[in-house]
Amino acid sequence: MTLKELKVGKSGRVLTIGGEKVLRHRLLEMGITPHTVITVKKIAPMGDPIELLLRGYVLTLRLEDAAKITIEEVPA
Amino acid sequence: MIFALAGNQNSGKTTLFNQLTGSNQRVGNFPGVTVEQKTGSLTNRSDISIVDLPGIYSLSPYTSEEIVTRDYLLKQKPDGIINIVDATNIERNLYLTLQLIELQIPMVLALNMMDEVQANNGSIDILYMREILGIPIVPITAIKKQGIAELVQSAIDTAQDRRKPERVDFCTGAVHRAIHAVTHLIEDHAARQGIPDRFAASKLVEGDAPILKALRLTENETDMIEHAVKDMEDELESDREAILADMRYQFIEDMCKKCVVKPKESREYRRSVRFDNLLTHKILAIPAFLFIMLAVFWLTFNVIGTPLSRLLESGIAGLSGIVDSALSTYGLNHVVHSLVVDGIFAGVGAVLSFVPIILTLFFFLSLLEDSGYMARVAFMMDKPLRKIGLSGRSFVPMLVGFGCTVPAIMATRTLASERDKKMTIFLTPFMSCSAKIPIYALFTAAFFPRYQALVMISLYVIGIVLGILSSFIMKKTVYKGAPVPFVMEMPNYRLPSLKSVSLLLWDRAKDFVQRVFTIVFLATIVIWFLQSFDMRLNYVGNSADSMLAAIGQAISVIFAPIGFNDWRISTGLITGVMAKESVISTLSVLTGASATELGETLRTFFSPIAAFSFLIFTLLYTPCVAAISTVRRELGSLKGTFFVIVYQTGLAWIVAAAIYQIGRLLGQ
Repeated sequence: MTLKELKVGKSGRVLTIGGEKVLRHRLLEMGITPHTVITVKKIAPMGDPIELLLRGYVLTLRLEDAAKITIEEVPA
Repeated sequence: MIFALAGNQNSGKTTLFNQLTGSNQRVGNFPGVTVEQKTGSLTNRSDISIVDLPGIYSLSPYTSEEIVTRDYLLKQKPDGIINIVDATNIERNLYLTLQLIELQIPMVLALNMMDEVQANNGSIDILYMREILGIPIVPITAIKKQGIAELVQSAIDTAQDRRKPERVDFCTGAVHRAIHAVTHLIEDHAARQGIPDRFAASKLVEGDAPILKALRLTENETDMIEHAVKDMEDELESDREAILADMRYQFIEDMCKKCVVKPKESREYRRSVRFDNLLTHKILAIPAFLFIMLAVFWLTFNVIGTPLSRLLESGIAGLSGIVDSALSTYGLNHVVHSLVVDGIFAGVGAVLSFVPIILTLFFFLSLLEDSGYMARVAFMMDKPLRKIGLSGRSFVPMLVGFGCTVPAIMATRTLASERDKKMTIFLTPFMSCSAKIPIYALFTAAFFPRYQALVMISLYVIGIVLGILSSFIMKKTVYKGAPVPFVMEMPNYRLPSLKSVSLLLWDRAKDFVQRVFTIVFLATIVIWFLQSFDMRLNYVGNSADSMLAAIGQAISVIFAPIGFNDWRISTGLITGVMAKESVISTLSVLTGASATELGETLRTFFSPIAAFSFLIFTLLYTPCVAAISTVRRELGSLKGTFFVIVYQTGLAWIVAAAIYQIGRLLGQ
């Protein structure tokens, strides 16, 4: 499944990171690397982007970009 | 001795910079975001200067800030680096640290926000971490000025001894082999180009094109590097960028396991979540945002800014009166007397009295920025902004645009793509800047006393709506293509540093007053000259016979369809191009009315609907000279700048004419 499909409050472990060069690089440097555990915290008032918790800090990401990250769901 | 201050965004870098340098800063004029390279000297050591680098997350060549930072560190070679790290978000902050270490420049790590770590029963084994990273580490709390002296001492010692960071081996296995092989291969080239070999090697393995180009390798060498990388990718079944990012983060994770005790959820995080339960709430977020902005404007215009402005205004009027009678007693030549009293005092005084309003607005905007609320605004506004081809990040420069277009356009440098940057620059002048407020305030008070707030708000809304429509057209025509990724950190809410806010206000005040006494001062004298002399340079008692009247008369025809064809109004608008503040001062000088009488006088020039169309024209027509020069610099194109001027002015005329004509029809 992808990060986009992960429900609010659920966590997932990153498997692969897709996306174009700049986006992908940005995801990596912000700490979205394979095996990182990410929790979805919130969806923006207008339905997009989403708020994530990873490595002890909060990151926001658009749904279309979250769809490029594959994950496996893990118990929180 | 020169130190570079480097670190992530939201790491407290600006706060530390302000603590280190106090008010000894150069180029500190731009509020909001740290875009410019600010330089300052240490408070008690003028021989030591600090360069504040932009907030970045890695040393890659993707954003202009990353490139600026990298170029500075590689080419200017500062005596030392002070790397500030947010201890409450240590893993991601250290990602940059690992790359900075590779630059082999004497370096000290400032572990910031240690008070929060301790208050949450967290701890960091600094001695152990120091051993692993091979650089001095100083715990600090920048906002409380704790550990600053120790940090400075450590930085000076490290730089004086030229103690370069020890080599940190963050990689193992296949990555290690690849980097090792590449390091050997490029050693000589790197030494020749003055690039640290280890840094160059890991960047090459990562696939960094500018470094590859800078090293001037032979084709054979490039092939060998690609071969080594290919072997590594095959062995690890991944790609070079992901492999290196993963390696660095693995190393950091392992180190943090050994030396960091992290609370599961810090108090600050829980507090932020509580705030966000309201401020980014599904339904309440937008009303809360509108409420906050309305509160800011209400406090600025009704409670704090305007009363203070009135006070200053009467002070200036009093001073002007004293000077007036003193000059009369002295018997000064009446032309010079007129220059001082009618020209300088009237013109400069009218503009100067608005300093409190502008500062109050900047005060609130910087509170919103420093507290972390602006990041929430970007988070909320991303979706609608994406529809017009921008990202939520463009919202912040646009919001700053309500203060002043100049810093707003400078703040667009934080945007990652050229396209987003250009579009935001294009859109920002539609956000009515605070220099136009005096015009709005005067006209609404004179013509719409009962609906003053409503008319004001409608002006702002019209500006925003037209900006959106315009950028929608841009998106469909000139700036096609995808917007940049929106991957943004959302910092915990923090109490803004009083020092940072007051330094920023001081800078703004200085900047504004400087402009008043340069551009505005000059403009008032020129205008006074043009309106006091006729074409044959005779002093005229009645300004209707003056040069200015002739010029204004000539162009006032253009404004007839908008509802005002008096030469004084067209002249006011011309001087407004120099600085919007001058519109009022010009009108005041030309009509011979003091700041307090001006509203009354203007009622004889405009019908209410003409007054409104005048306001619309003022809202939309070309930005002032300072803003235009900033647009020129940031766009790097004369054609683009010219387009901004023509588009804004053309649109202003069309909309104002439409409103005036329709209003007249309805009024009949």
